[in-house]
Amino acid sequence: MNAALRTEYRKLVTTRLWWILLLSMAAYMAFLAGIMAFALTQDPASLTGGVPGADPAAPMTPEAVARTIYTLATSLGYVFPVIVGAMAMTSEFRHQTITPTLLAEPSRTVFLTAKMLSSVPVGLLFGVVGTAATVGAGAGVLALLGKPAYLTDPIVLRSAALSVLALTVWTVVGVGFGALVTSQVAVIVIMLAFTQFVEPILRIVMGLFDWSEGISKYLPGAAGEAITGSSLYAGSGMAAGLLPSWLGFVTLLGYAIVFALIGRLTTLRHDIT
Amino acid sequence: MSKDVAMSSPADRNASTDGVIVIDHLVKTFGSVRAVDDLSFTVRPGRVTGFLGPNGAGKTTTLRILLGLVAPTAGTATIGGTTYGQVTPPMRAVGAALEAASFHPGRSALDHLRVYAPQAGVSDARCREVLAFVGLDTVAGRRAGGFSLGMRQRLALATTLLGDPPVLLLDEPANGLDPEGIAWLRLLLRHLAAEGRTVLVSSHVLSEVEQTVDDVVIIARGRLVHSSSLAELASLAEPSVRVRSPNAAGLVALITAAGWADRVEPAVVGQPGVAVIHRVTAPEIGARAFAAGLELHELVPRDVGLEGIFLRLVGEDAGVEVAEPHLEAGAAR
Repeated sequence: MNAALRTEYRKLVTTRLWWILLLSMAAYMAFLAGIMAFALTQDPASLTGGVPGADPAAPMTPEAVARTIYTLATSLGYVFPVIVGAMAMTSEFRHQTITPTLLAEPSRTVFLTAKMLSSVPVGLLFGVVGTAATVGAGAGVLALLGKPAYLTDPIVLRSAALSVLALTVWTVVGVGFGALVTSQVAVIVIMLAFTQFVEPILRIVMGLFDWSEGISKYLPGAAGEAITGSSLYAGSGMAAGLLPSWLGFVTLLGYAIVFALIGRLTTLRHDIT
Repeated sequence: MSKDVAMSSPADRNASTDGVIVIDHLVKTFGSVRAVDDLSFTVRPGRVTGFLGPNGAGKTTTLRILLGLVAPTAGTATIGGTTYGQVTPPMRAVGAALEAASFHPGRSALDHLRVYAPQAGVSDARCREVLAFVGLDTVAGRRAGGFSLGMRQRLALATTLLGDPPVLLLDEPANGLDPEGIAWLRLLLRHLAAEGRTVLVSSHVLSEVEQTVDDVVIIARGRLVHSSSLAELASLAEPSVRVRSPNAAGLVALITAAGWADRVEPAVVGQPGVAVIHRVTAPEIGARAFAAGLELHELVPRDVGLEGIFLRLVGEDAGVEVAEPHLEAGAAR
């Protein structure tokens, strides 16, 4: 297992994909945090005013604004660690390296487990960089606008730290999803569509009805936000509230494990031809 | 060769497995297709064995079953008495390169080896060593995506050698190599077998490996058609002689009188005075012609060649046997 872990980790860091995505994430998160720091401090109602049936938008407290900005990577940027994790698996099939991989490690369970665990340090890196980019740019813009940045507030800092954890779990979810859907193109299309479009809409629509509001909290994006205890969607009144932090963690990790189990019983049980 | 599999240290190459490959009544069906059909053969250490058959004969499927990548429908395939992966780490027991060029195009040659180094239990220094051994040390830092087919073959070979295994399974290793590369591969494989290793090399062309292999295993349509040493295979060759006489009628009369009419190659029947006669030696024809007073201008024994035997065995002889000698090399490519 130790050798398999080192092999899988080396696979992750010996191609260019990881740092290209990491730089993209840092730039995108810094950009979003700057924009959001400006928007949320200017006119919070403008974000929610158009959604029918939602509670009348309550202005966010300055502390909630800071927490929302510092956890933006979990709200909007998790697609980067997810894709890094998923591509770690799909590239094995795309480039047929799955053959030498399984020759070196014939146990497919050991291989899949090593793949998931080896993504943790890379996920941590994405979490740290993504969160640091939002905190850096967000706090910078808040300071420029003369608003409090809450950089010494323990609750705000705890949310930012938990954002690192959430993004790490997202990486593992990506690996599990890659084992389930091994086509690289399909994975990227599904990931982008679901995380950037389908889930946000689902959360907003499901949040409108009593019967679906509770279920919407268990959607993966909502669970990821729940880990941090702060949500762009919930905080701005667009979607239902969040699960407790620990339950968000368990839920998101559950997605990773369920995806991986199904992948183990389908993709990795078949003949490798 | 030690039979003591479990107790040997990984560093002791010859003791980690006795190196005998046994394919025993192996069957694999994909839907209604029997890709491997009751196949049995044995491959011995210390020799280079050619695993031959036309494309689609079931070679790659057999190798993938042997390597645990494909589950057999029936039968067993073992290396050193165990199925693949029972001896750990597997890269120290068996080095295998399958047909697909399995590299991440964005990973450098050295990093490709470094990825597998932990599982082979070797250092980065060993990675550099095998890279130099296959002649890729000057391109160690270049990404494999830009490699030619020949360079990919060398990198695949380097991967199999990483763990210094006593058994090597190479699927079409000569594919894409230039003549110099093929000569190099031939020396390398002979050297590895001389060290006591089991070397199994697949190919769809016998001529590609006939100067390399000691033994041949020939399959067609998933079934074994021949298994022997190369020398025994050569003994299956049938003599064949090209005869030319200015007296066309006399030649026909001679062939008919000798009862060889059904042995005459059809393609040259149309040329008066020329015949290619199978299963007869030149002295036999010469003696009869002399006795009959027939003037001969050609009496040329034709080398059927191992490729001809191979193609006849796998049931693809028709296209080549009728061809003129100078076309055979091209047809066999």
